[in-house]
Amino acid sequence: MELIELDGLEKVFTVRRSAGRLRRTRHEVRAVDGISCTVRRGEMVGYIGPNGAGKSTTIKMLTGILTPSGGRLRVAGIDPARERTRLAGRIGVVFGQRTTLWWDLPLRDSYALVRRLYRVPEARYRANLERCVELLDLAPLLHVPVRQLSLGQRMRGDIAAALLHDPEVLYLDEPTIGLDVVSKAKVRGFLREVNAERGTTVLLTTHDLGDIEQLCDRVMVIDHGRLVHDGGLDALHAAGESERVLVVDLERPTAPIAVPGARFVRADGPRQWLAFPAAASAAPVLAAIAARYPLADLSVREPDIEQVIARLYTEGRDGGAGPSGRG
Amino acid sequence: MVDGARAYGLIVAMWVRSTVAYRASFLMAVAVNFAVTGLDFAAIMIMFTHVDALGGFTVAEVAFLYGTTGMALGLADLLLGSMDKLGARVRDGTLDTLLVRPVPVFFQVAADRFALRRLGRVSQSLLVLGWSLTQLETAAWSAVQVALVPVMVLSGTAIFGAVFACGAAFQFWAQDASEVQNSFTYGGNTLLQYPPTVFATELVKGVTFVVPLAFVNWLPALRVLGRDDPLGLPGWVDFASPAVAALCCAVAAAAWRRGLRGYRSTGS
Amino acid sequence: MHAARLALVVAVGSFRRYATYRVATVAGVVTNTAFGFILAFTFTALWSERPRLGGYDLPQALAFVWIGQALLAATALMGGGAENELQGRIRSGDVAVDLYRPADLQLWWLAADLGRAAFQLLGRGVVPLAVGALAFPLALPTTPLPWLLFLTSVTLGVVVGFALRYLVVLTSFWLLDGSGVSAMSGLLGVFFSGMLLPLTLFPGAFGETVRLLPWSSMLQVPADVLLEVRQGPDAARALGFQALWALALLGAGRLLQRVAIRRVVVQGG
Repeated sequence: MELIELDGLEKVFTVRRSAGRLRRTRHEVRAVDGISCTVRRGEMVGYIGPNGAGKSTTIKMLTGILTPSGGRLRVAGIDPARERTRLAGRIGVVFGQRTTLWWDLPLRDSYALVRRLYRVPEARYRANLERCVELLDLAPLLHVPVRQLSLGQRMRGDIAAALLHDPEVLYLDEPTIGLDVVSKAKVRGFLREVNAERGTTVLLTTHDLGDIEQLCDRVMVIDHGRLVHDGGLDALHAAGESERVLVVDLERPTAPIAVPGARFVRADGPRQWLAFPAAASAAPVLAAIAARYPLADLSVREPDIEQVIARLYTEGRDGGAGPSGRG
Repeated sequence: MVDGARAYGLIVAMWVRSTVAYRASFLMAVAVNFAVTGLDFAAIMIMFTHVDALGGFTVAEVAFLYGTTGMALGLADLLLGSMDKLGARVRDGTLDTLLVRPVPVFFQVAADRFALRRLGRVSQSLLVLGWSLTQLETAAWSAVQVALVPVMVLSGTAIFGAVFACGAAFQFWAQDASEVQNSFTYGGNTLLQYPPTVFATELVKGVTFVVPLAFVNWLPALRVLGRDDPLGLPGWVDFASPAVAALCCAVAAAAWRRGLRGYRSTGS
Repeated sequence: MHAARLALVVAVGSFRRYATYRVATVAGVVTNTAFGFILAFTFTALWSERPRLGGYDLPQALAFVWIGQALLAATALMGGGAENELQGRIRSGDVAVDLYRPADLQLWWLAADLGRAAFQLLGRGVVPLAVGALAFPLALPTTPLPWLLFLTSVTLGVVVGFALRYLVVLTSFWLLDGSGVSAMSGLLGVFFSGMLLPLTLFPGAFGETVRLLPWSSMLQVPADVLLEVRQGPDAARALGFQALWALALLGAGRLLQRVAIRRVVVQGG
């Protein structure tokens, strides 16, 4: 069943730019330039693209904040621009950097406000809150003023706030930006859980390929306002030939590490950088290194989405193959 | 509307709890706000140590003007005073977080940063108004005169409130222009503290026919004080404040809707 | 030498930054002009009853009104100085980072505030004063000396204003939400600087005291210097009075700053 329908969605901004001291020129920027797609109920979709590609403009239209300049748009059968407040009760939105929580009050107070603003029935609210508290580990934070929470704790708090009214769709704008590893894992685990348990449709924008890999079975890539890829992550990886980087700290400097499945990039004293395909598992490479070298510490760096996309284009153009034509 | 008012109440309650969380700061703010908003009345009292009348009005009559406009502005400021922060919300993008809630944005913005300390100005003006009523030499108060006082304060609150809302709507276009509305709110309040006879006729006409601040207190107050108005308008005008206030609110609502529609089509 | 160059760079940067807020500047000019008109009419009414009130004749009293409106933004009497940003940094805890800068915290913000004031004197002062001079007969001097003394006096007034606001902002280290205190101190400043009514009209011992408070440096003193109410040795005394307050308040700011920093260091930011 289609929950979100976009048909030739457009958003055109008129930008005035100063040209010289007094003159100003107007010109049009097509932030979203004819996007058509549908999202079924219960899907988890990654919506990615370089900065300024039109991601947040799309999200703003989907939530009713912005009025489209053209095309047709329906979310749960509602035209977001016309019936913004009605739609608001059926969607949840998390803006990564902008908290909706009450800065000086305990987390619990913010939730109580959500309950009353959204008119969530008491029993329903209690059940939802309990589940969020359990899965996001919020119990020790409920009585803490939000200003005292860490970024990761606050993000968890924000995500819970967006789900207390049982939204059918959850939009997340950069939900893991700036979070530590533990918080990231918690947030991702929670989103998977919510999706599986309640069938909540999730649409998220991110710069973190890890989010996409662990959460989304479908990726939409947008660039210059157009949809340039819509499909699985594998296809994207294969098309972009992206690599992850293994940063290895050894007990002492050694010769460049040579293990099957990884490529030596560079060394700096006891630290070495190795690259391996993003689609492959890191485990065999790690095992091989640990067996033969004096390993002290290591970390895996996810490929940057912008790089993947950039490579996607050069490959596409130079090789003549379409963006997803090599999967 | 009912929904909006309910949401307004809920959000206001949150802000009140928020401010009370910084207890020392809050108590000090209320006390000092009360004292300090009285300083402009102190300036008027100092003027009257040098003169017996200003523009032909006695100190009690000026205090009456001061009290009525102060209460109207104080109440409007309490209810909607933080709307001038809208520009900042547009600039940093936090307005969007309000737009995805199931209640009208106007009421959310109006309740934003609700500051209980602003009761200081209201209570201080009420005190001055009360004092002036004991001092006025109006021999016998007619029922009409008595009724005009609360009508004046409430209509004035609505007129100043409309100015706050128009100012906020203007910030959808010019985010840094919050200070312009100060000319009409705080400036208007200063203007209305003094008798209209002090000012040039053009200015009095301007605040009667263009930005109808004269209806906050001047015109009804002249009737209460039994004085002629310098523009020589027909007598029924003194009772027109509620109608003018309603008109102002309609204009403000239209301006707000246009501003919001503009924001939603340009995103800035 | 190094510190002076750094201060200059900070001040110039601050001047440029405030110059980019064009809409805010226009909005401010409109407001200052509107208030100027309102006060000018009330002063006209007052002085027509009592022609030499407070030692001024009517053109001087009217000039006083418009000088006040011209200086309102530059002296940041109602708040809005460069230290506003510092207040936010204290609240968010970012101030801990500033403490590790090689530059002195107070001098850094003083330089930034002087840059701001220089812009606002030009951007928000000139137009209201010009409008006032066109609409009313103002007693403004035609020789350069009073204007030079006036500029010196305004500069000292800005420093005094900054030193006061800096003290207020430092209270944020203890109060967490300093915005209420700032608003209050702004209203006090408006009253005690002479913005509502020249301080020479304040009666008796109260008037004597008010004229000795630091706020008089921000309007009463510069206005008297420009109106040549105080000239020659008396003008020198006026500038000395301002300089003394500037030094005393900056010194108090340093002391309070030291206590505040110790608190941050102990609490770990």
